[in-house]
Amino acid sequence: MTQAEIKLCSLLLQEHFGEIVEKIGTYLIRTGTQPLRMIVNDTGLLLDQVKKALCVLIQHNLVTYQLQKRGFVEYEAQCKRILRILRYPRYIYTAKTLYSDTGELIVEELLLNGKMTMSAVVRKVADRLTETMEDGKTMDYADVSSTFVRLADTHFVQRCPSAPEIPESPEAPPPPAPTLVVNEKDMYVVPRLNLIGKGKRRRSCDEEENGEPKAKKQKRDGESLEPPPDDGIYWQVNIDRFHQHFRDQGIVSAVANRMDQTSSEIVRTMLRMSEVTTSSSAPYTQPLSSNEIFRSLPAGYNIVKQVLDQYLTLLADDPLEFVGKSGDSGGGMYTVSILSGFGSRCARIFRLLLRKKHLEQKQVEDFAMIPAKEAKDMLYKMLSENFVSLQEIPKTPDHAPSRTFYLYTVNVPSSARMLLHRCYKSVANLMERRQYETRENKRLLEKSQRVEAILASMQATGAEDAQLQEIEEMITAPERQQLETLKRNVNKIDASENQVDETIFVLESFIESTIRRP
Amino acid sequence: PAMAGRGRGRGRGQMTFNVEAVGIGKGDALPPPTLQPSPLFPPLEHRAAPLPGGEEGEYMLALKQELRGAMKNLPYFVKPGAPRRDIERYSDKYQLSSPVDSAIDWNPDWRRLPRELKIRVRRLRKGRTTILIPKCKQRVALDKEETIKKLESLEKKEEEVTSEEEEEKEEEEEGKEEEEEEYDEEEHEEETDYIMSYFDNGEDFGADSDDNMDEAVY
Repeated sequence: MTQAEIKLCSLLLQEHFGEIVEKIGTYLIRTGTQPLRMIVNDTGLLLDQVKKALCVLIQHNLVTYQLQKRGFVEYEAQCKRILRILRYPRYIYTAKTLYSDTGELIVEELLLNGKMTMSAVVRKVADRLTETMEDGKTMDYADVSSTFVRLADTHFVQRCPSAPEIPESPEAPPPPAPTLVVNEKDMYVVPRLNLIGKGKRRRSCDEEENGEPKAKKQKRDGESLEPPPDDGIYWQVNIDRFHQHFRDQGIVSAVANRMDQTSSEIVRTMLRMSEVTTSSSAPYTQPLSSNEIFRSLPAGYNIVKQVLDQYLTLLADDPLEFVGKSGDSGGGMYTVSILSGFGSRCARIFRLLLRKKHLEQKQVEDFAMIPAKEAKDMLYKMLSENFVSLQEIPKTPDHAPSRTFYLYTVNVPSSARMLLHRCYKSVANLMERRQYETRENKRLLEKSQRVEAILASMQATGAEDAQLQEIEEMITAPERQQLETLKRNVNKIDASENQVDETIFVLESFIESTIRRP
Repeated sequence: PAMAGRGRGRGRGQMTFNVEAVGIGKGDALPPPTLQPSPLFPPLEHRAAPLPGGEEGEYMLALKQELRGAMKNLPYFVKPGAPRRDIERYSDKYQLSSPVDSAIDWNPDWRRLPRELKIRVRRLRKGRTTILIPKCKQRVALDKEETIKKLESLEKKEEEVTSEEEEEKEEEEEGKEEEEEEYDEEEHEEETDYIMSYFDNGEDFGADSDDNMDEAVY
């Protein structure tokens, strides 16, 4: 865990869960696995604060616990998972593109709450969607449920490991911590629920409800005093599946850039057919026959079988190896290479050196057709930044420097790692700057929010325009300008953070693939 | 051949390898040694590429900011306890001080968590165990029978889980935490008909986060 990653994790935890959770999370990242007592001692926080923070972190899958043989529990932070908080907007947006508003809200609720039962998600999402609908319209639970099922079927959401059933004999003392069990075959199985109901709007005026007894109000709000039918069955977002989707998107657009729309659609079809059968770390998809592919093409594509075969051959012959041919049965067996998405990016940066592997400086100048001085400068810069390294090839056994070749070479995985490290640092810097900007303007922001609140309540009670204007003028013109500037800056920084995370994804995926390459 | 670094300071100084091989010609000046940390804002050699605009970018930006705002209002955002008041005020008796440190505002599924993480509220002096009741936003008059039934079922649940050892540890911990302000719903709620949420002595003004969620959150 590099300093840059730790710093970024801290910032993310602090921004989303507050300083107490951040302190405990950071402590665990730095020191590794620890029991409760150590955490309390070393962080100096109160016992109850630590307990609460650990509950929150475990709920959100950011910390895991392990019951040790000697009977005590140890907690471990999941640093990589904490970094994923940066990607939440992308997961939610993707869900929207695939399963529209309902899918979007389901994924959002699961991310905001870490894990939930299906019945809780359905109820919450139905309520939220109902809020946005016209008066009188409501969202049916059945519609939300069916979208949930689709998300589960395509593996975008999955069941959490389950707690053991309550033992038959309650005389034996229960263990200090439950051992949660991963059930592979049930991971995407949706419980048979008969969720009947519609979403409810939040009432703004609560006067009518004062007379109601609490239990009745709770029931009406959907919180029943009895356990729900799917009690104990929790769901979470399957982050790996989203990553697989991003990777597929990258491949499809690489194909589209290099070839044409039809080629990319063919590849997209192949990837879609392999969605759930390809593990997230596989270097290529399962082989598909051209007959199967032909049958699975989207309805809009009216190409005949021969044309499809021609495209497949073209794709398989392309040096970038998007598609590979693996057999002849069924009209020809084809696979999609997952690694193909990276080749073009790296080549753009290091094309020359990659092709030639090792070059002397003179050769770099000649091949790249760059004047000597410039080539020298660029090479030294890359050398000082570790993008390239020097390799010695002695001509004579005594390794005398004057009789040794010094060759420049590119170490791609280490360059990728270095770039990734820079990305983490960049995001951390961006966040710090954004928080600084907000802090500097805190007073003005609060004033603006108060004014907005006053305006809103005045409008609700039907105030006149003149009165509203008076309130609006409480914020002076230069102050408005300042707020505009602040908003523009914060937006720019936020957008940059999203952008850098896209790069982080590509680099992390690439590095992972180089480790697993057979 | 002077390989050992002798002659440092004479002209260029010696290197352990032949500098000509990497292209440093005879008589070329090398850059001066670095004696201080690099500047805080080094000159920008290349302008940053413009951010991609478009619907996707705009939407993700809005999502990001909304998420940030939403998280701050969820019970998972753990706020530090209110600062201790040095003067006891009359209004303290009627303050709706939320149990920030000593209770959880959401109900985790304790079947999935280590038991040591469960937070217990201090027992009443009268010897009656106070149960952790999920906090609700509106303080509405409780239906007595429902409450008693609920308390009984919760008590039963608690007893199943508590073992003797735990009790001892609990006593120990509570002894340590005597000084902490622990919010006891029963104690504070008994004596007033006033709805707690309406009362505000102004001390929290400006301290907490946004009320208006329509405004973009920074």
